[in-house]
Amino acid sequence: MTPTRADVCAAAIADAFADDGELFASPMGLLPMLGVRLCRLTQNPDLVISDGESLFLASPPPLFAQHSVERDVVEGWIPFRRVFDVVAYGKRHVMMGATQVDRHGNQNISAIGDFTQPKRQLLGSRGAPGNTVNNRTSYWVPKHSPRVFVEKVDIVSGVGPARAKAAGKGASRYHDIHRIVSNLAVFDVRGPGDTLRLLSVHPGVTLDEVREASGCDLHVDADGAIPETRLPTAEELVLVNEVLDPKGLRFKEVPQDA
Amino acid sequence: MTKGPRDKRMTIDEVVATLEDGITLGIGGWGPRRKPMALVRAILRSELKDLTLVSWGGADVGLLVRAGKVKKLVYAFVSLDSVPLEPNFQKARQEGTIPEVVELDEGMFQTGLQAAAQRLPFLPMRAGLGSDVLVNNPWIKTVTSPYDDGQELVAVPALELDVGLVHLNRADRHGNATYLGPDPYFDDLFCMAAERAYVSCEQVVDTAGLTVDAPVQRLLVSRMMVDGVVETPNGAHFTTCTPDYERDERFQRAYAAAAGGSDEEWAAFEERFLSGDEAAYQAAIAEFAKEQAQ
Repeated sequence: MTPTRADVCAAAIADAFADDGELFASPMGLLPMLGVRLCRLTQNPDLVISDGESLFLASPPPLFAQHSVERDVVEGWIPFRRVFDVVAYGKRHVMMGATQVDRHGNQNISAIGDFTQPKRQLLGSRGAPGNTVNNRTSYWVPKHSPRVFVEKVDIVSGVGPARAKAAGKGASRYHDIHRIVSNLAVFDVRGPGDTLRLLSVHPGVTLDEVREASGCDLHVDADGAIPETRLPTAEELVLVNEVLDPKGLRFKEVPQDA
Repeated sequence: MTKGPRDKRMTIDEVVATLEDGITLGIGGWGPRRKPMALVRAILRSELKDLTLVSWGGADVGLLVRAGKVKKLVYAFVSLDSVPLEPNFQKARQEGTIPEVVELDEGMFQTGLQAAAQRLPFLPMRAGLGSDVLVNNPWIKTVTSPYDDGQELVAVPALELDVGLVHLNRADRHGNATYLGPDPYFDDLFCMAAERAYVSCEQVVDTAGLTVDAPVQRLLVSRMMVDGVVETPNGAHFTTCTPDYERDERFQRAYAAAAGGSDEEWAAFEERFLSGDEAAYQAAIAEFAKEQAQ
């Protein structure tokens, strides 16, 4: 089995949850859901996962499978009100989407343009403000482009480290932006002054391609020798192809020929 | 002769007749899930205006802003889930037709309802710190912990409601009500945060019937929180009302296409589905379902 870009992304997302221990892994969107379930089956069997609605499941079902009493063992109840409890409790790692993410790790899912009368209204802040100051937060960007990676987001929904520090210890104490995974590369926010830092580029992608696809500076450690994101293992490929996503839904987000 | 608690059954129109221009209205459910849509549709047909709407929003928000009923919108998101961006809400925001908007974090929203339900002016939490929620809402203040930690936290203001509208699966005529789906959402909080609350439901049953098939933990709403009960079968359509029915995805697609289309397309949708009373709506969507099945 030759790994596709989508498989590489799934493994990179799985790696983001590998050292989390026993907490609620909360993926928003398709690839994050795949990566979290893959991680639960391989690197971190202690992860607590949900059906994306209101149930904690003892083992991960395939993506978007209808809940089945025969197949799925339920190990807990997580309606929205209890999600908020767990956010505040802190034992949670959420991976959200980002319509914009900036050099300082701020994220925007609220609106593009001026808030008073936006050029494009998006979802609204959802839980991003609360997530980022309460529990570990990562972002997934399926289509890396200069419109997504920007110098400064139009509206700060998810809070980056510099703003969290400026808001005081109420905001910074539990603030933890962990990884930003895109279809081209993996980042954290530990560049100089808490800025985006490139950690790895996906196999087949060059550093220049990542830079061209970004609308802001990307910090690269040392001499610019950026490692490649690892390839999925044979076990991971089998799990992705045969157990978690036999229908290939992941290719809707990251096309097979990419 | 012993006395029992009062009978609070009302009609949809009787509920809407109690509402006034300018009130603050909380709508229960969550996004495209278990929304009191029959009551929302009745508000669309009414002369009501200048509403302040408080909702984790779905098509309830989209419909009411499109109809120009909303003076102020308090929300954390507006989404139809399978259609991520609500076209009527998007259009209203981009054209600037909602005079005042308050966008909160979705957890702040719960905390605000809790503060109102507990008759407190605010409750502290972290959510909002460092984000543009506080920049775009400069009236939301922070508070410093009086204890040794001295942390600055957001003083989430109480979201006090004049009226709460919620939809549950079953209720008795006194206002006790159960949810039978996977998630209670926050319907009890909407009732407790409101001066008056109205419960619409799929079916009104005897009090004893509420716990025949459902564990007592599903009795989310108590009659002491409720002022009126309306039986509105299929009244959450086209949102979910699990297990009675799931979201009507085909109809939702038709709604979203019309809402995101030309003024003529929206007018045709309104004419077909929203120009009559609830019985006419139910007849029109039954006809739509028949067409789609062919």
